[in-house]
Amino acid sequence: MSVLVFVESKDGKFSKAAFEAVSYGNKIGTTTVITFGDASDDVLAGLGNYGASKVLVNKSVDGKNEQQLTRLIHAAAEATGAETVVMIQDQLGKAIAPRVAARMNAGHISGAVALPDTSNGFVVKTYVYSGKAFANVKVNTPKRVISLVSNALAPVATGGSASVEVFNADLGDAKIKVKEMKSQGAGVPLPEAELVVSAGRGLKGPENWGIVEDLAKALGATTACSRPVADIGWRPHHEHVGQTGVAIRPNLYIAAGISGAIQHLAGVNSSKTIVVINTDSEAPFFKAANYGVVGDAFDVLPRLTEAINKFKAAQ
Amino acid sequence: MKLLVCISKAPDTTSKIAFTDGNTKFDENGVQYIVNPYDEWYALVRALELVEANGGSVTTITVGTAADEPTIRKALAIGANDAVRIDAPATDPYFVAKQIAEYAKDKGFDVILTGKETIDFNGAQVSGMIAEILDLPFVSLAQKMEVAGNTATIERDVPGGSEIIEVATPFVLSAAKGMAEQRIPNMRGIMAARTKPLTVVPAVSVENATTVVSYELPPAKSECKYFTADQMDELVAALHNEAKAI
Ligand SMILES: Cc1cc2nc3c(=O)[nH]c(=O)nc-3n(C[C@H](O)[C@H](O)[C@H](O)COP(=O)(O)OP(=O)(O)OC[C@H]3O[C@@H](n4cnc5c(N)ncnc54)[C@H](O)[C@@H]3O)c2cc1C
Ligand SMILES: Nc1ncnc2c1ncn2[C@@H]1O[C@H](COP(=O)(O)O)[C@@H](O)[C@H]1O
Repeated sequence: MSVLVFVESKDGKFSKAAFEAVSYGNKIGTTTVITFGDASDDVLAGLGNYGASKVLVNKSVDGKNEQQLTRLIHAAAEATGAETVVMIQDQLGKAIAPRVAARMNAGHISGAVALPDTSNGFVVKTYVYSGKAFANVKVNTPKRVISLVSNALAPVATGGSASVEVFNADLGDAKIKVKEMKSQGAGVPLPEAELVVSAGRGLKGPENWGIVEDLAKALGATTACSRPVADIGWRPHHEHVGQTGVAIRPNLYIAAGISGAIQHLAGVNSSKTIVVINTDSEAPFFKAANYGVVGDAFDVLPRLTEAINKFKAAQ
Repeated sequence: MKLLVCISKAPDTTSKIAFTDGNTKFDENGVQYIVNPYDEWYALVRALELVEANGGSVTTITVGTAADEPTIRKALAIGANDAVRIDAPATDPYFVAKQIAEYAKDKGFDVILTGKETIDFNGAQVSGMIAEILDLPFVSLAQKMEVAGNTATIERDVPGGSEIIEVATPFVLSAAKGMAEQRIPNMRGIMAARTKPLTVVPAVSVENATTVVSYELPPAKSECKYFTADQMDELVAALHNEAKAI
C-alpha cells in the first residue's frame, strides 16, 4: 500500500510529531513525504530514518494558504498513487486535512490514536467527546486521510535514508495574506509541549506565579492555567486549557490549585501522567490523577522544584 | 452583508458519556442537548454583531432531524433572522458538509461561519470540507473578525504567537474563543423565535464516507497514589521510574 505523509518543518527542523507521523505511515505501507519550506536536503533526507523512502519538497508555497497546500498534497497523492494520506492533528492539519479529504473524495479520520485495523475493512480508533471516549471509525471510501494526534505512537528509527526531490504542481492563487505576525517569545507552544505545569485559582493571585514558573523551568515544561485564571487576567489566554481552551496531551501534566471541573478535564485528561496538588482531599481532580499531593501549593511547589533540581543534577 | 451560520447540537458539557446497543450508540438517556458552544457563543453572536453594524441578514443552517428544532429555535431567539434545516440525521462530517455546501452554493453568502469544532465529535472537519467543496478560502480558529467592504481582517493565535490576516469575501471561517461574548436570549427574542421562518429542505443523496462501528470508554485510571509534601523525592522517583514521564 502506498502512503503519503504531510509534515511541516519549522526553523529548518522537523518536530517529534513529524517523526511520529512518518513512522505511522511506514507501519501502513511504502511512505513518501510531502513537505514545503526551506529545510536543508540533509534534514529532508533524515526523514528516511523514520521510514520515508522519498521526500517531495515544494519551495514556493507558504504555510498560510491552506487552499494551495491542499492542492499540493492532492497532486503529490496523485503522483505517487497514494491511497492513504497521513497528517498531524495540529492547527495546520486541522485546517487542511478535511479539505484534502473532500478533494480526494476520501473519508477522513480525525484524531487517530492507533494504527488502522484492517482485519475487517479499514478501521481507526479516534478520540471523541473531548477525550472522554474513543470511537472506532470505519472508512467506506477507497482513499482515506488520517489525522494523527501527537504522542499516540512513538517514532521508530529505522536507520534508513530517503531520496529528496523538488515537487511542483499547479497550486492556484494565494488568497490569504498575512499582514502581521506577533511572536509569543521563546518556549515550546502549549499544544506541542510534552511537559506542562498548570495552576488555577488556588494560587490566589498573579503575583504568586513565580513558584509555578520555577517548577516549569526546572522541568523544561510549558505553563498552562485554568479558565477563570485567564478570564480574570492573571495569565494570558493562550495558556488556558480545557474544553473551551487548548486541548493538550503531554507526557506529564502537573496541576496545582485547580479543582478539576469536567470542562477543565476535557482538555487535559488525555495526558499520559497527571499529578494533582490541592489542599482539598475531596477535589474532583484526584479522581483523574495518577499521583496526588494533598497540600498547600505554596509549600509543595517549591519542594517539588527542589526535588526536580536535585534529580536533574544527579542525572 | 449576507451571512450563513452553521449550527449543530451537542450534549451539555456536564453530560455523562455512556454507550448502549453493544457500545454502538451514544446513550442519550438523561442527556440534555445544547447549541454547540462555539457555534452559539462565537460564530452566531459575531455574525449578529456584524449585521447590526453593517446591515444584512443572518441565516442559520443545521443538518439534523426534527429533534434538533429546539436548538435551532434557541439560535433564532438569540437573533438570527431565519433558519434552514436540512432534513437528515448528521452521521458523517462529509455528508454534513456536502449538504451545507449544496444549499449555500448559489445563494451569495459573504461569509459562512462555523464553530471551531463540535464538542462531541471534536472532528473540526465540517468547516474545511465545506470550503473545499465550494472552492473557497478557509480561515480556521478565528478570534477576531472585522469586515470592511469585501475585505475581512482576522486575528488568530498560531503556534508560537498570533497573526493578523486578510482575506476577501466569500470565505469560510471557524470561530474560536474571543470572537464575541455569549448572549442570553431575552423573552422578546424567545417569543419572536416562535414565528421566525424555519425552512425544512430535503437532503441530497450522498454516501457516508465514514461510519462509527463501535465506541469505547478509556480504561479506568489506576488508583491515585498519594505523597505528602515531605515525599517530593519519592514523587520525582515515581515520575522517573514508574511513569517514565521525566
Ligand atoms: C461551558 C463551560 C466551559 C468551560 N471551559 C473551561 C475550560 O476550558 N477550562 C477550564 O479550566 N475551565 C472551564 N470552565 C470552568 C470550570 O467549570 C471551572 O469553573 C474552572 O475550571 C475552575 O477553575 P479552578 O480550578 O482554577 O478554580 P476553583 O474551582 O476555584 O478551584 C480552586 C482549587 O484550588 C484549591 N486550592 C485553594 N487554595 C489552594 C492552595 N493554597 N494550594 C493548593 N490548592 C488550593 C481548592 O481546593 C480548589 O480545588 C468552563 C465552564 C463552562 C460552564
Ligand atoms: N449537523 C450539523 N449541522 C450544521 N452545522 C454543523 C453540523 N455539524 C457540524 N457543523 C458545523 O461545523 C463545525 C465543526 O464541526 P465538526 O467538524 O463536527 O467539529 C461546527 O462547529 C458547526 O458549526
